[in-house]
Amino acid sequence: MKKTYKIEVDCANCANLMEAATNKIEGIKSATVNFMTQKMIVEFEDGQEHGSVMKEVLKVCKKVEPDCEIEI
Amino acid sequence: MNKKQQKMLVRIIIATFMLIVLHFIPATGILKLTLYLLTYLIIGYDILKKAGKGVLNKQIFDENFLMAIATLGALALAIYDRSGDYNEAIAVMLFYQIGEWFQSYAVGKSRRNISALMDIRPDYANVERNGKLEKVDPEEVEIGNTIIVQPGEKVPLDGIITCGNSSLNTSALTGESLPRDVKQGDTIISGCINMTGVLKVQTTKEFGESTVSKILELVENSSSRKSKSENFISKFARVYTPAVCYSALALAILPPIFRMIFIGIDPEWDEWIYRALTFLVISCPCALVISIPLSFFAGIGGASKEGILIKGSNYLETLSKTKYMVFDKTGTLTQGVFEVNAVHHGTLEDEKLLEYAALAESSSSHPISKSLQRAYRKSIEASRISDIQEISGYGIIAKIDNVSVAAGNSKLMERLNIPYKDCHSVGTIIHMAINGIYAGHIVISDVIKPNSKKAIDALKKVGVEKTIILTGDAQKVAVQVASTLGIDETFSNLLPADKVAKVEELLSKKSKNTKLAFVGDGINDAPVLTRADIGIAMGAMGSDAAIEAADVVLMDDDPMQIAKSIKISRKCIRIVYQNIVFSLAIKFACLLLGAFGIANMWFAIFADVGVMIIAILNAIRALHVHKL
Repeated sequence: MKKTYKIEVDCANCANLMEAATNKIEGIKSATVNFMTQKMIVEFEDGQEHGSVMKEVLKVCKKVEPDCEIEI
Repeated sequence: MNKKQQKMLVRIIIATFMLIVLHFIPATGILKLTLYLLTYLIIGYDILKKAGKGVLNKQIFDENFLMAIATLGALALAIYDRSGDYNEAIAVMLFYQIGEWFQSYAVGKSRRNISALMDIRPDYANVERNGKLEKVDPEEVEIGNTIIVQPGEKVPLDGIITCGNSSLNTSALTGESLPRDVKQGDTIISGCINMTGVLKVQTTKEFGESTVSKILELVENSSSRKSKSENFISKFARVYTPAVCYSALALAILPPIFRMIFIGIDPEWDEWIYRALTFLVISCPCALVISIPLSFFAGIGGASKEGILIKGSNYLETLSKTKYMVFDKTGTLTQGVFEVNAVHHGTLEDEKLLEYAALAESSSSHPISKSLQRAYRKSIEASRISDIQEISGYGIIAKIDNVSVAAGNSKLMERLNIPYKDCHSVGTIIHMAINGIYAGHIVISDVIKPNSKKAIDALKKVGVEKTIILTGDAQKVAVQVASTLGIDETFSNLLPADKVAKVEELLSKKSKNTKLAFVGDGINDAPVLTRADIGIAMGAMGSDAAIEAADVVLMDDDPMQIAKSIKISRKCIRIVYQNIVFSLAIKFACLLLGAFGIANMWFAIFADVGVMIIAILNAIRALHVHKL
């Protein structure tokens, strides 16, 4: 299951870091952060609760870039 | 400018102003330090905050941390040296912030520009309710509803024209500037602009499924498929920043210790720490990290303005390496519309023969019979035809005006025991017999697109080494088309599955660094489009299957667009490489100069901000591809 989220991030390197960090989270098959269109495309593992996984994603992303936003 | 940028701009202006004023105020000692510290905090408080947060979150090696350490270090050195030169630390922070501001402004602006280029989203649809026109959200319109499109408006949904005629401007979709004429009964595609007349359109798709939505979705997701260069850069950035930090640390500690212990001279701690700090300022990977995705984004945006949709930056990369171009014939190089080319050996007038043929075939929906009817031009009176007998694989026998007419291939003539004359022309031959006597044959053939020859020449000019036709058509036809166009190889009589096998064979023969592209019209080609290194679908306006299967979608069916898309990809890749080489070369040169103490912090900040600005400006060039 793939979902797209709107994000707000100011620097391209931070976007890369967010992508790398998100990919390490359990329940996520793969994630791409598109800096240019300010979008995060997340593919979840089967049977995962999107809401709780995304909360974890936001937490992890805030760690690498305190300024970022994800519209969940 | 958004709020964040405005706020930042104000801080930059205040800090610059204070720095200039401070230069002329003869303050000394603690007062001077306080005033400078104040300026430093105005311009850099957020960086310090972020750096602090980063350390708390164990994310040490980011730009904020680098800048905080570098500037705080420079301040500390100035205090320690009692030089009173606090300018440097503040200026570095100021320039860094200006660079960041410029980056966010330029990226935001180009993002908006590129989005505006692709702005084909219709805002509303006109629906007639109780005799009055009402503007509604296109998403609310259901399939089968009638909408009204007035001159100057965008067509909001795909549909069929039930009333009215007009010309459409399709340039937003295809890049083609010639208007397209439409009339009642024609299908119409969302995203075109209605230019002259009022149109009543019965919708055939919901908004989410309509052409506009599909294209927007495709373009918006396009830069998510990352290219090798982008992946290289993000991996590089991950290694590079920590590497530079440790090198800086080594630079600050090792040489002084070496001097102290082994040579026994003054360690010059402050000098080496200063060099290490310079190192940190240079180290920020911004220029690379921002300019590469921006170049690809601009390239994809520029291409879509020309009616070429590229589904990802990785495909831009592949496209630029294409050396083998494999074509489907019908509908790609030829128009896929059959036309009556000649009538041979007719015993009657050509007109009369055509009339009989058209009438006999009138009940069939085969493209051949359609082309006969088009050539006949007049309307068909069904009452003149009786006793239609269709013999599948042979042809048709019917009675027209009480005359027995047989129209079909040579097998039909043999079956009816009618001697016939063979034809030397290339194409589909329809033999005719009237009352059991041979009456001549009609030659129907596909027509080569007017631009095909030019397109093949253009491809050879951009460095495509081999052009190949794969077709299900007869060998005679394929060879004739190939020799007219100057195509190197042809493989004919192929079923769709054979085409896949052939492409696989070609793929295994070529070297790894060259890429093979397949160009098709999207009908029956989906498996081959997916199998090739890169699949290009032509004339895809309104064909969902093609948009799904292909990697590059040409909205128009002009074959010249193929060469153009290769040129666009080459330009974009060239810019990407320029930026990679340029940024890395300057960075490493400055790192080296910094280590030897030749480059000071002013130099360093240029290496960081200046390179980034130049790289961004260069990246934006990828957008301008119209004249390629």
